[in-house]
Amino acid sequence: MKCSEFLNELTNYLDGALDARTKSELDDHLAWCHNCYVVCDTTRKTIEIYRDSELYELPEDLRTRLRSAIMTKCSEHKKSDPPST
Amino acid sequence: MSTIQPNIEQPVSEEMALVRRAKRGDDQAFEELVRRYDRNVFRIAQHITQNREDAEDVVQEAFLKAYSNLEKFQEQSKFYTWLVRIAVNEALMKLRRRKPERTVSLDEEVKTEDDSLPREVADWSPNPEQMYNQAQLRDILTRTIQGLPSGFRTVFVLRDVEGLSTEETAQALELSIPAVKSRLLRARLQLRERLNRYFQKRASGDGDQ
Repeated sequence: MKCSEFLNELTNYLDGALDARTKSELDDHLAWCHNCYVVCDTTRKTIEIYRDSELYELPEDLRTRLRSAIMTKCSEHKKSDPPST
Repeated sequence: MSTIQPNIEQPVSEEMALVRRAKRGDDQAFEELVRRYDRNVFRIAQHITQNREDAEDVVQEAFLKAYSNLEKFQEQSKFYTWLVRIAVNEALMKLRRRKPERTVSLDEEVKTEDDSLPREVADWSPNPEQMYNQAQLRDILTRTIQGLPSGFRTVFVLRDVEGLSTEETAQALELSIPAVKSRLLRARLQLRERLNRYFQKRASGDGDQ
């Protein structure tokens, strides 16, 4: 397997979305190709770091304010356009 | 090497029960749906618009649109996937209004082929996130992801940060599954490449500042 072929399958490999035979071919490649091993490992870390990062958390006071505004608008919408029964 | 596990797994039936109550006019049930997903919608909106006020507007507009169109939701996907689709469209509209000189679309093709191929293969510190304090790390991650083309960024955020499946991401963005997979691969590789400079192993011991 060439490194470019490995890279093409990297997303499926990391997501565990490969059949056993293809996965085994990729595992074999990783066992001897240090560069692909590093790319694979650091890509997995990239995903984990972003997943665990708390970027753009919604502060609780803003959250309450937004929810209240949403429900007020929904209530106004209901009054102006009541659901047909 | 271990695989990446999905981030969230919501019980679908419980969600659908809330949706059905909301459809019958139960606003408390709808409010529960807001509570359940407001943080996710806010994150997605802020990733796309890169502007906090716009993201606040998107949260309100997306939920109001979901509320007023609930009858049209056919229940063939998760409510969350349907909501994300509305939120992404609202966020893109905001972006277009703010940057009218540019056409903003998830289909935009950017010359990034070369960016996706690893140029630099250097190992990282075993615990790269511990090399910086929380504020520094947040700054690095924010600046890095903001540098991605919006079409790649959105796929990465939905798939890897919010934990949607490939199929759900395709539905939410109205893209084909191969298009989602191709963008996800390029997004992941570009982010990795851009983070290299911050997280590489240092010659004088790991993690030392």
